[in-house]
Amino acid sequence: MKRAARYLIFYSALFGLWTLLAELKIWPPYLFPTPWGVGQALYAGFQDHTYWIAIRVSMQRVLIGYGISVVLGMILGLGVASNKFLEETMGGLLVSLQSLPSICWWPLALLWFGLNQNAILFVVIMGSLLSVTLAMEDGRKQMPKIFGQAGRNLGATGFKLFWYVLLPASLPFIVSGLKQGWAFAWRSLITAEMLYLSLGLGQVLMMGRDLNDMSAVIAVMILIIAIGYVVDGIVFKGMERHLQNKWGLTPAT
Amino acid sequence: MSTNVQKFPRQFPIPAGPGFDPGLDPRLPTRTGTPGSKVGPVSVGHSVHPVTAEPPKVGLSEICLRYRTQSGESLLALDNINLQVRAGEFVCIVGPSGCGKSTLLHLIAGLQPPTSGQILIDGKPVQGPGTDRILIFQDHGLFPWLTVGQNVEFGMKMKGILKAERKEKTAYYLRLVHLAKFEKSYIHQLSGGMRQRVAIARALATEPDVLLMDEPFAALDAQTRDLLHDELERIWSQSGRTILFVTHNVREAVRLGDRVVLLTFRPGRVKSEFPVELPRPRHLEDPIVARAAGKILDELRDEINRSLEAEYNEGVKPRIKPEVEEVRI
Repeated sequence: MKRAARYLIFYSALFGLWTLLAELKIWPPYLFPTPWGVGQALYAGFQDHTYWIAIRVSMQRVLIGYGISVVLGMILGLGVASNKFLEETMGGLLVSLQSLPSICWWPLALLWFGLNQNAILFVVIMGSLLSVTLAMEDGRKQMPKIFGQAGRNLGATGFKLFWYVLLPASLPFIVSGLKQGWAFAWRSLITAEMLYLSLGLGQVLMMGRDLNDMSAVIAVMILIIAIGYVVDGIVFKGMERHLQNKWGLTPAT
Repeated sequence: MSTNVQKFPRQFPIPAGPGFDPGLDPRLPTRTGTPGSKVGPVSVGHSVHPVTAEPPKVGLSEICLRYRTQSGESLLALDNINLQVRAGEFVCIVGPSGCGKSTLLHLIAGLQPPTSGQILIDGKPVQGPGTDRILIFQDHGLFPWLTVGQNVEFGMKMKGILKAERKEKTAYYLRLVHLAKFEKSYIHQLSGGMRQRVAIARALATEPDVLLMDEPFAALDAQTRDLLHDELERIWSQSGRTILFVTHNVREAVRLGDRVVLLTFRPGRVKSEFPVELPRPRHLEDPIVARAAGKILDELRDEINRSLEAEYNEGVKPRIKPEVEEVRI
């Protein structure tokens, strides 16, 4: 209850300030809209299905891109963690590549794939693949050795060993990396979508700018934040809580 | 290799009760001496055939293990280990920490290959892990992402046993270790003793011939350990499994084993073997157990001192005085 009250106070203050600034009309309304204006833009956007379509297209892309990243990243991470040569050579390369903003892959993606969906997917994958790979590599190393030994001892080999032992054993150590990978995938996607007629949320955002419609711009920004937050809060927090309960780990505060 | 063998005379006449004597169990092959060592026939009042046609359950011949340390030097961990364990025998391996006794179990489990030498199970060489030998780890190695029941089921699932049969066997083995009520619990919800019992159930559920136990009770409190000794002895006598049990506690070794094998400090060699011919069930606090342990401990003490010297390197060299807790009777 107390927490709800705090949220209520904070957000009413924020909205109050916003309304006040907007009503004072220091800036013209097309540069600084009122909360109602943004609300109306949101309503209109959902009403004419623009936002529904944008959300569907964007989610579809991010799920495909992120999914590929997770699978590839786990394989790569496991490879790097279990091979000394790869670890020494590729390990450093991966870390240095991570300092490259994923949108820097956009020109390369355009030349390789052309101006289409694949170029966007490529940027999304490059954005999240490294986080997942590094998390998996780290998780594989942090994971107590005894699980792998116990698994082999009980007759698990090859894919069974990976699927039933190594993967679940390393999950608590990679969940934060998976979460980070998701955040990078989402950001890369929106960035890439802003750069071409893509139907996704990124393009709808740019459309607001093109139409000089600040309410629509802020409405889409709120949508982007909300989706990122909901996935993080529901999918990843849920996963963390589930793992903590099973493993008996104390929740990180 | 000079293996010197000592025997403990019986201190008391054998009670004519239900005490389990593996030598009298008709299902089990008769005891044979270890080739190369001078194990005399054991005097337990039944005939002993020195040679049997069957190969030993576990046969180690000339096992050496050499590995490279972080600083790059090559270290001999195990040196020419020869050991024969017959089916149904309970063999305890003792030695100071760092003698490679745990490593030896890992080799038998097939988790790593020896540098040289051969490990035979029923006369067939070991090639990697197999569910005919299951290792029970000191810190149990249970899977925290699975429930107690799923842990016990795991080995059977890997073997491809059908679900109905798995359920049935899981229930059976959980009853055997008195944990039937905890089937749905997660590992972190159990006490240390319960976890070790789950580990035993998980190992037994794959129905291995050989149980390899790596200081399984070392981290438990005294009461829990006593209880588990009784349970392990009961399970062993009911199932007729072969057990290799590693411990650094000599009295525990005498309490449980048909035979105690003493390893030297780095490199690990078989220093002596001690057949234990005390009547079962035994108790950790029995004077005869303590006395037998005292004898082994006298030999072990030199090795412990060597290990301490190595540990303290060139600093002060502490020595263990003869009056340690183990010999007081």
